[in-house]
Amino acid sequence: MIDPAARGDAPGTGRRFSLVILLLIALGGVVSFFVARARWWLPPGASTQAVEIDRLFITTLIVTGIVFFLVHVLLAVLIWQGGRRTAPAAYWHDNRTLELTYTLAPAAILVTLIAMGAVVWTRVHAAPPPNALLVEVRAEQFGWVFRYPGADGRFGRTDATRFTGRDNPLGIDPADPAGRDDIVTRELHVVSNRPVHVRLRAKDVLHSFFVPQFRVKQDAVPGMTQNLVFQPTRPGTYEIACAELCGVGHYIMRGKVVVESQAAFEAWLAAQRPAAP
Amino acid sequence: MAVTHEAHTEHRQSFLTRYIFSQDHKIIGIQYLFTSLFMAIVGGFLAMLIRMQLGFPTAKFYWAQWLFPGGFTNNQIKPDFYLAVVTMHGTIMVFFVLTTALSGGFGNFLIPLQIGARDMAFPFLNMMSYWLYPPAIVVLMASFFVSGGAPNAGWTSYPPLSAIPNAAPGSGLGQTLWLISLAILIIAFLFGSLNYITTILQLRARGMSLLRMPLTIWGLFFTAVLMLLSFPVLFAAAIMLLFDRLGGTSFFVPAGLVVGNTVVQHSGGSPLLWQHLFWFLGHPEVYVLILPPMGIVSEVLATHARKPIFGYPFMVGSIAAISFLSFIVWGHHMFVSGMHPLVGMAFMTTTLAIAIPSAVKTFNWLATLWRARIRFTTAMLFAIGFISLFVTGGLTGIFLGSPAIDIYVHDTFFVVAHFHFVMASAALFGIFAGTYHWFPKMFGRFMNERQGKWHFWLTFIGIYLTFFPMHFAGIAGMMRRVFSVSLYAHLQALSWVNIFISLAAFLLGAAQLIFIWNLFASLVRGERAPQNPWGANTLEWQTSSPPPHGNFGHELPVVHRWPYDYSVPGAPSDFTPQTVPVSAVPVPVHGGSGEDERDSRER
Repeated sequence: MIDPAARGDAPGTGRRFSLVILLLIALGGVVSFFVARARWWLPPGASTQAVEIDRLFITTLIVTGIVFFLVHVLLAVLIWQGGRRTAPAAYWHDNRTLELTYTLAPAAILVTLIAMGAVVWTRVHAAPPPNALLVEVRAEQFGWVFRYPGADGRFGRTDATRFTGRDNPLGIDPADPAGRDDIVTRELHVVSNRPVHVRLRAKDVLHSFFVPQFRVKQDAVPGMTQNLVFQPTRPGTYEIACAELCGVGHYIMRGKVVVESQAAFEAWLAAQRPAAP
Repeated sequence: MAVTHEAHTEHRQSFLTRYIFSQDHKIIGIQYLFTSLFMAIVGGFLAMLIRMQLGFPTAKFYWAQWLFPGGFTNNQIKPDFYLAVVTMHGTIMVFFVLTTALSGGFGNFLIPLQIGARDMAFPFLNMMSYWLYPPAIVVLMASFFVSGGAPNAGWTSYPPLSAIPNAAPGSGLGQTLWLISLAILIIAFLFGSLNYITTILQLRARGMSLLRMPLTIWGLFFTAVLMLLSFPVLFAAAIMLLFDRLGGTSFFVPAGLVVGNTVVQHSGGSPLLWQHLFWFLGHPEVYVLILPPMGIVSEVLATHARKPIFGYPFMVGSIAAISFLSFIVWGHHMFVSGMHPLVGMAFMTTTLAIAIPSAVKTFNWLATLWRARIRFTTAMLFAIGFISLFVTGGLTGIFLGSPAIDIYVHDTFFVVAHFHFVMASAALFGIFAGTYHWFPKMFGRFMNERQGKWHFWLTFIGIYLTFFPMHFAGIAGMMRRVFSVSLYAHLQALSWVNIFISLAAFLLGAAQLIFIWNLFASLVRGERAPQNPWGANTLEWQTSSPPPHGNFGHELPVVHRWPYDYSVPGAPSDFTPQTVPVSAVPVPVHGGSGEDERDSRER
């Protein structure tokens, strides 16, 4: 019989392995995050919820980063020692105190993270404040259409049979008086430091309304109207990306958001044509 | 006590009944493994196509155009073919490689051998289970060759994209074939899991109490339970979607949709219903892919560390806890789907709770390595690598389980990085560890250790180089399943990251050729392996390599102790097989579950 101990006991494998884990994974993993922060990182936040989500992200990153580093260092040390040992392995396989410690310690950390996460999640989903700017966002293969309710603050009825590509992309029913002053646009304009209340709808398949800088993402589900509220804080132009696979043109389904002052917004809106003059 | 002489159950069989339509669990297991390997090559090749496009979107691939005349134009991949490749890569890897190799392959091979049974409880059903798998493959691959091509809707096949034929090129016949193929494969899985559960509960050898079962068996047992309870839900969903597509029903399609300027004639369905049904399977499925590797890794770690597994009762308990929790976390895939925020809160709690038993398992593995005398066999390297991958992938799960963070990282490459670590790579490492460990038992020959180590180092480092930078792509906001990232301003800086990832992925893919070569070369001219080459305790090593038909000769083994009596002080060798009576090798006071009194109580 082949001596089983001879198999795979090339000297140095343990040392090499622990070095790889220590240098490449534990150190490399942590260092690469610092390198990535310069170039490949969260796009600068531009909304109130971006601040809170980023804080939660960074907190979680620090906690998990420490665990990642320590566990890998421990693993490296154990491998190093296990490879050098010439005495028989210890016959040791139970220690209730130790096991309860590493059951309860992660539990405590996770309860803390759950509590912090719950606070942010609840705040993100708060009801829209009364001064919120109401706008409908309608996703379709492969673009975005926006609708402002006009002076009456109400959206007109829409109907699938009335869709026409250019003239009536939302299928607004001309018989509904609420729809007469609706303004349909191809760009989303919102006001800096004023909450936005988006009613999100889809024409054909699933899409997802994603503005990376706002840390906003919400699926648009056919047959449902999703409500989301966010408050942009930095004037500028941003891109809307579709984040849910929606077909061949998924990768080109790009939209444009402009964050501007109230005055500029009003001037822009006044220049837009109502749906049914 | 090992029984080594040949069993008289070895009757004459023709080649066809012995190797093709075999009812022997060992042959069926090996059939599952080789078929999974074939599918892994297909799925891996598709991954290379994905990385070609993401890393080198402007390069021309003449050979690829020659290979896929319909999928390429001007020597560049077409967007719909790209989506078909993404969809098929996910489908194949999850269902046709990892599930089949782990449950079908290792489950079949190991369960009767490790519990001391002659075969599965239902050998014919077992044969049927395997023989549903090739037809499912044929139907799935046929979708590449039909009009419109393979499905475009992702491995999750969310309707309405997957329900309405003109929503995407692949949503025609290709999608129908996908659904039929999956339904066939699910029946195979259900046959298998019924068999595993019955076999483990009914056919254990004398003395093999539940708490003396190897952890591999615990992992496979709970996997079978998960499969039996969750796969029927996807089966029902697939049939419902087929009805929506072919029968005019509206389970998943609401009224008032306009696709390609045509009003869709459906009303009353809900796209979210599919997501609930899909993920009710989809999340337990993740654990279907990770519980067997956890068992395999526990087994390999203890054997090659020459040390008892640490905290056996907690290990079994955490497998049970993970299995239970896995049924109530599916909503974390749907935080931004339009589900009510309060429901998201509940799913956050259950999701983060599942991290606790996962942490317990990790620390128990680490404790197993403490004061161990490690033999760095290839199997052991992969088992240790598994711990690293599982930790790395598990930690990013904490981000995704928190719904507020998920708002940002959902459907980005952060998710892709996460599941390729924790589910794909870790499960693959379980398969590799298991292959190098049990190959001598399967074929009576060793795999080449030198090539095995090359395979390990390139794979381990290749995985980190490939999937770790994907976290940064995700943090920078790169969406999943996009054909090209060159359009968006916030992704401009990522082209170098994507080139790096692609090069690492090609290295990772090439490294697998070493494994394939090693596997086939060792089948033919590997060094002959004895009955128990690793000095292991479990029952399969107490019979010949490969075991005879009927596994154990005339008499079935009798079990006297748990499987982890390694390095017992005072024992004649550093392992004490389960068949050794306690009177021959007594266990120390803190020895765990080795007492002989238990035998009389249970039998």
